[in-house]
Amino acid sequence: MAEHREYFYRRLHSLLGVVPIGIFMVQHLVINHFAVYGEESFNKAANFMHNLPFVLALEIFVIYLPILFHAILGVYIVFIAKNNVRRYGFVRNWLFYVQRVTGIITLVFIAWHVFETRVQVALGASLDYSLMEGILTNPFMFWFYIIGVLSAVFHFSNGLWGFLVSWGIAQSPRSQKIVTYATILVFLVVSYIGIRTLITFAYGV
Amino acid sequence: MAEQKTVTFIITRQDSPDSAPYDETFNVPYRKNMNVISGLMEIRKNPVNAKGEKTTPVAWDMNCLEEVCGACSMVINGVPRQSCAALVDELEQPVRLEPMSTFPVVRDLVIDRERMFDALKQVKAWIPIDGTYDLGPGPRMPEKKRQWAYELSKCMTCGVCLEACPNVNDKSNFIGPAPISQARLFNSHPTGEMNASERLEGLMEDGGLVGCGNSQNCVQVCPKGIPLTTSIAAMNRAATVQSFKNFFGSDNAH
Repeated sequence: MAEHREYFYRRLHSLLGVVPIGIFMVQHLVINHFAVYGEESFNKAANFMHNLPFVLALEIFVIYLPILFHAILGVYIVFIAKNNVRRYGFVRNWLFYVQRVTGIITLVFIAWHVFETRVQVALGASLDYSLMEGILTNPFMFWFYIIGVLSAVFHFSNGLWGFLVSWGIAQSPRSQKIVTYATILVFLVVSYIGIRTLITFAYGV
Repeated sequence: MAEQKTVTFIITRQDSPDSAPYDETFNVPYRKNMNVISGLMEIRKNPVNAKGEKTTPVAWDMNCLEEVCGACSMVINGVPRQSCAALVDELEQPVRLEPMSTFPVVRDLVIDRERMFDALKQVKAWIPIDGTYDLGPGPRMPEKKRQWAYELSKCMTCGVCLEACPNVNDKSNFIGPAPISQARLFNSHPTGEMNASERLEGLMEDGGLVGCGNSQNCVQVCPKGIPLTTSIAAMNRAATVQSFKNFFGSDNAH
């Protein structure tokens, strides 16, 4: 293993993006969707998640450490690419470029989002509907969250395609194409779930 | 007889590996069916630039002149391709020639593709059959397999896929698509298969497979139409299986 360090880190990076980070993100957006059914049902769901047994350990090992690793290696991967979409305007090359752009946007968004919610809760703010309502009724923050959520979901969906190719699951051009359509569907569905929730927090509908 | 038609070439030149590149324009007499190389040959015959100044002839690399050796690759009107197969009649004027920027420039359009040959060494892209006695005939290869493996064998190490790849550059150590596909070629050969794990180990070394970011430009630009992205995905799977074998300790030999 030691002599294949780069190989191991890059494969780990690919895996962590899906398990657990991708799964966590989808779960997070689904749980937040309770907001659409009313303030009370959101508070109930948020409290359930917040009071899970071993919650700090779960957060550290399922969320913080994987995201930290994925982010640090990810920034390095962004740095070593020499993007050339102007010269080679193929669809996949654009997706390659957008994957890097959304990765950086998502990193900035997550850093701010964690500071504004998890850190504030740890400092004594109460974890409930009004916390998010207070953030999202500000139109600037609403659009910041829209862009952040779309970036994160795009990065996940396209990354899922990359995962299936990088681990050698989808090999033939045909299977890669079908996986592309499947991941577009994932992007649309998960984006809807996320944005629908943001609209409820911001506009109460 | 009408006035002689000319073709204009704008060439990115560089006098030595370390000197700064500059553009020089040449007007070359047009001939029917000429390719970029015959234009360069005209410049060599009469090295006078568009301003009428005498200059040094433009240096370029070439060999087979029929798109099988890969030596004459350069960026022609923004597209990396072989200059022997680039017909002037099919090109927009003026014709812009640049060296492939992924590789170190030796002089003018001559580049050093040594990194590709080093990469072939890294993945052991050959079949070891030398020994102290006659090993006899090897196993037979199924005709169907031979047919698709033949497509992979068309690779001429021309460097076009490396030029188009956003992950092959001076900041990254990625070996590029061509050698990965070559490892697949030799791993699919019935005799080469006996050393399959050695090539996979090469692909798992630094700069190997995982440098691929799936932009898939390579398969779009390959002049030989080699299914490079399929090769990369196939080697991804083989490397995954190999790394599990290595770690969990089943038979490593194959």
